[in-house]
Amino acid sequence: MTTRQRSRQARDARIDAGAKLAKGKIVEARDATRLLEAVIRPGDRVCIEGDNQKQADLLSAALLAVDLAKVNGLHMVQSGVVLPEHLDVFERGVAKRLDYAYSGPQSERIATMLFGGRIELGAVHTYLELFARYFIDLTPNVALIAAVSADRDGNLYTGPNTEDTPAVVEATTFKDGIVIAQVHEILDKVPRVDIPADEVHFVVKADKPFFVEPLFTRDPGAITETQILTAMLAIKGVYAPYGVRRLNHGIGFNTAAIELLLPTYGEKLGLKGKVASRFALNPHPALIPAIESGWVEQVHCFGSEVGMDDYVRARSDIFFTGPDGSLRSNRAFCQTAGLYACDMFIGSTLQIDLAGNSSTVTASRIAGFGGAPNMGCDARGRRHPSDPWLQAGREADPDGPAPLRRGRKLVVQIGETFGDKNVPLFVEKLDALELAEKLKLELAPVMIYGDDVTHIITEEGIANLLLCRDEREREQAIRGVAGYTDVGRARDMNTVRRLRERGVIRRPEDLGIDPLDADRSMLAARSIRDLVRWSGGLYAPPSRFRNW
Amino acid sequence: MNTPQKKPAAKQPAGRERTAIWYEASARTRVRLLLDAGTFQELIGPEMREVSPHLKVFDLPEQFDDGIVIGRGQLEGSPVFIAAQEGRFMGGAFGEVHGAKLTGLLRAARDVKSQPVLILFDTGGVRLQEANAGELAVAEIMRAVIEARLAGVKVIGLIGGRSGCYGGGGLTAGCCSALVVSEEGRIAVSGPEVIETNRGVEELDSRDRALVWRTMGGKHRRLLGGADAFTDDTVQDFRNAALALLRSAAGFDLGTLKAEQARLGERLQQFGTCADALDIWKAEGIANPASVPELPAAEFISLADEIRRGSHDAR
Amino acid sequence: MEDLRLRYTARQRAGGTKPMALVGVVASGNLEVLAERVLPDTECQLEIKTAAEGFGAVWDAVAADFVERYSPGGLRFSINDGGARPDTVWLRLAQATRSMEGDQ
Repeated sequence: MTTRQRSRQARDARIDAGAKLAKGKIVEARDATRLLEAVIRPGDRVCIEGDNQKQADLLSAALLAVDLAKVNGLHMVQSGVVLPEHLDVFERGVAKRLDYAYSGPQSERIATMLFGGRIELGAVHTYLELFARYFIDLTPNVALIAAVSADRDGNLYTGPNTEDTPAVVEATTFKDGIVIAQVHEILDKVPRVDIPADEVHFVVKADKPFFVEPLFTRDPGAITETQILTAMLAIKGVYAPYGVRRLNHGIGFNTAAIELLLPTYGEKLGLKGKVASRFALNPHPALIPAIESGWVEQVHCFGSEVGMDDYVRARSDIFFTGPDGSLRSNRAFCQTAGLYACDMFIGSTLQIDLAGNSSTVTASRIAGFGGAPNMGCDARGRRHPSDPWLQAGREADPDGPAPLRRGRKLVVQIGETFGDKNVPLFVEKLDALELAEKLKLELAPVMIYGDDVTHIITEEGIANLLLCRDEREREQAIRGVAGYTDVGRARDMNTVRRLRERGVIRRPEDLGIDPLDADRSMLAARSIRDLVRWSGGLYAPPSRFRNW
Repeated sequence: MNTPQKKPAAKQPAGRERTAIWYEASARTRVRLLLDAGTFQELIGPEMREVSPHLKVFDLPEQFDDGIVIGRGQLEGSPVFIAAQEGRFMGGAFGEVHGAKLTGLLRAARDVKSQPVLILFDTGGVRLQEANAGELAVAEIMRAVIEARLAGVKVIGLIGGRSGCYGGGGLTAGCCSALVVSEEGRIAVSGPEVIETNRGVEELDSRDRALVWRTMGGKHRRLLGGADAFTDDTVQDFRNAALALLRSAAGFDLGTLKAEQARLGERLQQFGTCADALDIWKAEGIANPASVPELPAAEFISLADEIRRGSHDAR
Repeated sequence: MEDLRLRYTARQRAGGTKPMALVGVVASGNLEVLAERVLPDTECQLEIKTAAEGFGAVWDAVAADFVERYSPGGLRFSINDGGARPDTVWLRLAQATRSMEGDQ
């Protein structure tokens, strides 16, 4: 008789092996490696957090140190490849295969290792895609997660940086996997229960809190006049005419400038209450002035941001918080919100080609996708209408029959024509294509596809791709805002002029904007110190941002 | 020297523009807004193209004014000499021409005798590329400051830019009649990275920026007596503080130097064993030292005035 | 460093009477522009010392468009450039021209 409960028995055997090192569920930090050797089997699928922000750093180091005779050839499934240990495990042979979503800080090293054949790549995903596969074909056998604190039963408090944990644990624990959490404190009672004890098998007590980086803080002091100009164009040329209330900002200085211009420029245009009121967004410090000025009604967060905890607590009318008062973030739900409940995505990128495809891949760096492709795509499964969505749909298909004409999510790429180190934003061919050839990938790593992009904003103006009737018009519309890059200088002057007459391209003066007015004095906050003042002293920026 | 022509006042009321943030402003903007509207007359201006003779060898770009703006103008109707370093050009660092412009200005003030000098410091020290010439320049500047002061000229330093006031700038500032500093301003000789490299991270963690500001920043300098006035960060605030210091700054002679020596000796005795500025502030009688960095300017100024009530005439 | 000297014909003289204006600071990604009213009414020149070598064609494209758009006749622009991007170059030229034409 075949039993269909083998995996349950196998899980129980692993728990028994691990229990020898534990008091109840609690394991000392110095026994972490031996715990992993007891619980993990060669070739297992292991998820390590590995989130966008928080890192289970103790467990990463413990995994790196395992006896290769006991643990080897693992298939790592993780959102983020962030710590050096995440790649060291491949160098050492602890791990062999990788499926992931984001690799920001390791983008150069991971490229080198992929080219060098030191990692077998499954695929690069978006966050939501990876979470989805956790339930179908990438279910972890073992999940190594990061929490703030636990009680002796194993109830976990993940707090403001809850991030991916609920999705990871759900998939792992209910499919007979093992969940091991690192925590900084064992308490009699946790502030709130984010993950119930039933779902957790072992808790390792670390000496210090888990590693977390401030990724979403942008110093207003670094915002340039050109970025302010693009922000003015965005607000007057897109937010206002479409009436965008529900949106997501990709992180960057252009969007930080928009956030800081709402209380000043946006106010001057009479837009308060009409745009930018509900966000799928991390708690960006740059959003503080807009919140304090009454622009923002609600924000759901993917994760948290270092220094913002007290501010969020004090603004529970705006943010999602638990009964303990602290932020509750949830990447899976926030990604879904950005996908289906937002009418616009606006963000920056490194390269855009003549079809409007964009990528953050360069010849030597592979940063992965993160969440941008889900935010920055038309959500064809959407059914509920909204004014901006319907308006964009009309522009895309003016002749179609209205009752069958779906709307379009606004997907806006914003940036200066020349980026860091004066590298042009616009290119004839994406580096991503070269990378695909080199790594023999079936698909070039495109972040946002041209047929999803609706607008491109540079300091030269706005290109509305919805109004382009064919590929040729689309190409010239892109060239027409590509400034003095090679792509821009190769424009067909006549076509670009006609496109401008039709309103497909709009220059700052067409919108009544004088580029010389784009001045730093327009920013509601010009320094991190200003943000602290705006927050009434509640925002506590990390040390690197202080100049007082 | 020619008598400066009085220019017609600018159309915009200057008072409105004086709300500009000092930290953000260029050297030129600081000078233009600090002085009475339309009174600034530049000396050795950019059109004369007195650039550094050294930077070409290093394939580095020059600046027409070599990173310092000098000239004359009026402050509430009274004539002043003024110099402002551009902190964003080579970190505001002293080079041969840059230094010579300041030396020349100070010697002119020494000879004229009746007009004070405002030095708007914003410098990381001496340019590596012009090391010898830069060091010589700092020595000449310090001598020129003292000669000017001996001739009865008040020399007021204004510090609040992004490069701080380091190296030769810190030394020169120490020779001035009085200093006004904002919160963002820093005054020291060695920079935080240099201290960490030479003495280790236990001595000073240069990435602990709160510590850097506690050690070298405007508030601590004011509380320690290294700066005479603390000001909020707008041009108007600096202008008010400069005017107040011009009124209150005393004369200079050997007696002043001896009193300064004594002041520094007492300071060392009183605070020499303190490991952190927090200990110093506590020793000075501040009830809640940890709250000092977050205090808004007006409150901090009251606190500092209370603490430094028995102010010395040294310097 | 690269030296560039560019010459253009402008439709008309730059307005105003100011003899000289300076905008900008020499730093990475930034530039200073010294505008001087020293040329015949329909001439315009740019004398550029730039830290970014090999971009002569881009400077020419930007400057030609700028002269066409703003007609800064009579002005010589002397530039020290720390590797600024074209949009920053345009902005400084526009600021310098506006300063020359204004009353400040």
